[in-house]
Amino acid sequence: MIPSLLGISLVLFTILAMAPGDPFEELATNPAVPPEVRAALRAKFGLDDPVWTRYLHWLVAMIQGDWGFSFVSRMDVDKLILQRLPVTLIVIGSSQIIAMLVALPVGVLAATRPYSLFDQVANTLAFVGFSLPTFFTGLLFILVFSIQLDWLPFVYRANIDATGWQFYWEHIKQSIMPVMVLGLFQGASLVRFVRSSVLDVIKLDYVTTARSKGIGERKVITKHVVRNALIPVVTLVALQLPIVFGGAIVTEQIFRVPGIGSLLISSMLSNDTPVVMAVTFVIACLVVFFNLLADIIYGWLDPRISYR
Amino acid sequence: MAEPLLDIRDLKTWFKTDDGMVRAVDGVSLHIDRGETLGVVGESGCGKTVTARSVLKLIDMPPGRFEAGQILWQGRDLIPLDETEMNKIRAREIAIIFQEPMTSLNPVYTVGDQIAEVIELHQKLSRKQAMVGAADMLKLVNIPNPQRRVHDYPHQFSGGMRQRVMIAMALSCQPKLLIADEPTTALDVTIQAQILELMQEMKERFGMAIMLITHAMGVVAETTQRVVVMYAGKVVEEASVEALFGDPRHPYTQGLIRSIPRVDRSAGRQARLESIPGSVPSLLDPPPGCRFASRCRYVMPACTQAIPPLKEVAPGHKVACIL
Amino acid sequence: MAGLTPASLTADAPAPAVAAPRKNRPTSPWQEAWRRFRRHRLAVASGVVLLLLIAAVTLGPFIWPVAINEIDFTAKLQGPSWAHPLGTDDLGQDLLARLIYGGRISLAVGLAAMVVAVVVGVVVGALAGMSAGWVDAALMWLTDLFLALPLLPLLLLLMYLFRDHFKRLFGVEGGAFILIVVVIGGLRWMQVARLVRAQFLSLREKEFVEAARALGASKLRLVVGHILPNALGPVIVAGTIDVAAAIIAESTLSFLGLGFPSDIPTWGSVLRDAKDYLDIAPHWALFPGAAIFLAVITINFMGDGLRDALDPRRVL
Repeated sequence: MIPSLLGISLVLFTILAMAPGDPFEELATNPAVPPEVRAALRAKFGLDDPVWTRYLHWLVAMIQGDWGFSFVSRMDVDKLILQRLPVTLIVIGSSQIIAMLVALPVGVLAATRPYSLFDQVANTLAFVGFSLPTFFTGLLFILVFSIQLDWLPFVYRANIDATGWQFYWEHIKQSIMPVMVLGLFQGASLVRFVRSSVLDVIKLDYVTTARSKGIGERKVITKHVVRNALIPVVTLVALQLPIVFGGAIVTEQIFRVPGIGSLLISSMLSNDTPVVMAVTFVIACLVVFFNLLADIIYGWLDPRISYR
Repeated sequence: MAEPLLDIRDLKTWFKTDDGMVRAVDGVSLHIDRGETLGVVGESGCGKTVTARSVLKLIDMPPGRFEAGQILWQGRDLIPLDETEMNKIRAREIAIIFQEPMTSLNPVYTVGDQIAEVIELHQKLSRKQAMVGAADMLKLVNIPNPQRRVHDYPHQFSGGMRQRVMIAMALSCQPKLLIADEPTTALDVTIQAQILELMQEMKERFGMAIMLITHAMGVVAETTQRVVVMYAGKVVEEASVEALFGDPRHPYTQGLIRSIPRVDRSAGRQARLESIPGSVPSLLDPPPGCRFASRCRYVMPACTQAIPPLKEVAPGHKVACIL
Repeated sequence: MAGLTPASLTADAPAPAVAAPRKNRPTSPWQEAWRRFRRHRLAVASGVVLLLLIAAVTLGPFIWPVAINEIDFTAKLQGPSWAHPLGTDDLGQDLLARLIYGGRISLAVGLAAMVVAVVVGVVVGALAGMSAGWVDAALMWLTDLFLALPLLPLLLLLMYLFRDHFKRLFGVEGGAFILIVVVIGGLRWMQVARLVRAQFLSLREKEFVEAARALGASKLRLVVGHILPNALGPVIVAGTIDVAAAIIAESTLSFLGLGFPSDIPTWGSVLRDAKDYLDIAPHWALFPGAAIFLAVITINFMGDGLRDALDPRRVL
């Protein structure tokens, strides 16, 4: 975990160092920023130091959560991100759950009846699912469910002035579309992972052994196939995580969900460089962290790993 | 003669592939009596394994299908039975162990769990009692420290130990027939002997019949009473083990016996180990005549005309050859 | 019982078709691949649709010679009609002309980014595969690192930091094009690198490579003449999928306002402009969205068919 974090930080810093001009040049044209602040920033980031010193300074600052000040939002970047992070995590988490809930049964069912009608329909729909870019699905959802049917709000509101059940209901209602857009996109590729993984497992010897025990096909699949098939799927899900975060950025932007994804875009459009760097760094860290989580789940699913 | 335990009549198990029908088992008839050990021998790809799996209906359908024939288990045909009915027979009456002990056990469950699963289902016991039963079975197949080993995963066992686990699992419901599909092929020679010995011991204890599938003639000679020789999806010879080794009639059987290495010949005079030239013909659109014709040293024009039927040449000794 | 060696007959190898005459004539690998590809009906249909799409965006301007920036406020936000088959946007600009123009850019970006990805991937994979040891380890660590990088945020970051610079160097459209292609391609080479390296590892010890080596073939000739052709199938499949991914990536950047500027109508930037008029002019968003979807799904299906044809063992 530490090496990959260091690697990612190196990549980020290289990009930043290679960027033409002074990353804080825009601040000069921003009337809201007094020249002293800019000079202080330059000094703090040591823009004239040798590159290794600059990297170390930058890294230390990043690790300490000393991410600078957002001139657009007029607050410290770390506070800003901490404010926005929970929403993103909730959206990503629930969409992953939706994706699993869709992909697991569909993928397993398709694999147990390969080349059947169900398999073909599921496969084609999966292709449609991950060929539809999230920004287009999002607009389609808005068009159908908000504009045509008027069932769901298309703008996410952070402060809902309702109490009790109403409060939660409003929150769920406005989360449905972002979560579904992300979940279905993710689910579509998962279906194919699950299907092919189950197809691989189902022809293994121990599945025949399980069948010869007379425990019934249903239990053969649920007990002896699915758990084994999930092992490679966990790895693939982990590999998909960077894409999930990309999808989250797009959906947050479309539905104006106040998470770190929409924060990233709005800071880019308003040239708020400290926020841009910090959000990218945080997303990279989250990807690494979830990869670690995937490793733990992997070990839990496969006793051969945990005993090593 | 009493009704045989298992009576396979003219079984045809075919597989549909992109290139056409593969006639993996093409008209096999054999029977097994109670308590006997029947050897089924032949080269790889001759249909032994498909025959064995057909008995428990462990063939994937599609692509496989039963084209014709009957599998009579104590007089009852298994082919028309549905899955629910079959599941009452699997493990409880007929159990099977496979060639690859390294891959036949599910790596993510403990061996105790996998044995207890069978006991729990067929003997209607609680999980806890079933686990006790699993430990008993491990003890029976001479696995040291069974109380602790039930909680171990398959990767913590060696190949020979895993095959013992497989045997323990197969015998946990005291089946009337154990099908052993090349149970020793994947093991070291010394372990092979131990496993065969264990099967013999178990047979004496439980009195079940064994269908021992192998390509090793030596194993057949040591452990079986009666032998069926298969070639290219068909039975070519059937005899008691003494008759088969003493008076092999089919050229293929003769070739198989000649290919056994003999330790009693001294090294200086050791004749070259004979092998049968060529290999099993494709089972896709097989040639019309005897399937061994292309490799047979006695081949005659008549051999390629029609398939020779299985004829009784002596009591209990059948051969499918026109010689 | 001990001392008995099980007599294995010599025929443990899979039985070749000795007796049965083969129905199929011996075919070259490419004919065989074509036969397998044809069996994937969706892939064949997708190929046709994709060809039509390519023909439409390349030949379109000659058949439909309407300027992309002809502003006509009297005809703004109109639905499809004979004058404007796909309707107009908020400035009354003809959407068909703009989507034809955008399609050229999107498809060109997809292809060019794929080429970048494949070239980088082949070089990295070949270097790693040839030079076992620490170079291999380092390159694979780099590959894994890149695989774990969050793609879109990095794409956005690079666009954000370098956009103005490239605009100054290569002009508005050229700058954006070069930057997008390099950045997308530069973040998608990992799959190809892994495939090429895997091919190296599995082929390095094979007989024909050994034979070529024994004959004194130089390392480079060995790579170009023997190993790379064997990696071709999987690389073609990965490259095809990369085209689709690059099209999505470019559209996403433009949609988020960090790709092509909105005066250059790519499918993504048209969609970006359209999204605020969903309620009164849904056609404006539906057509570019459908165009992206059509391009991406046909390329993905093609990739699936190519996988069946060229790389039958892999399932994902």
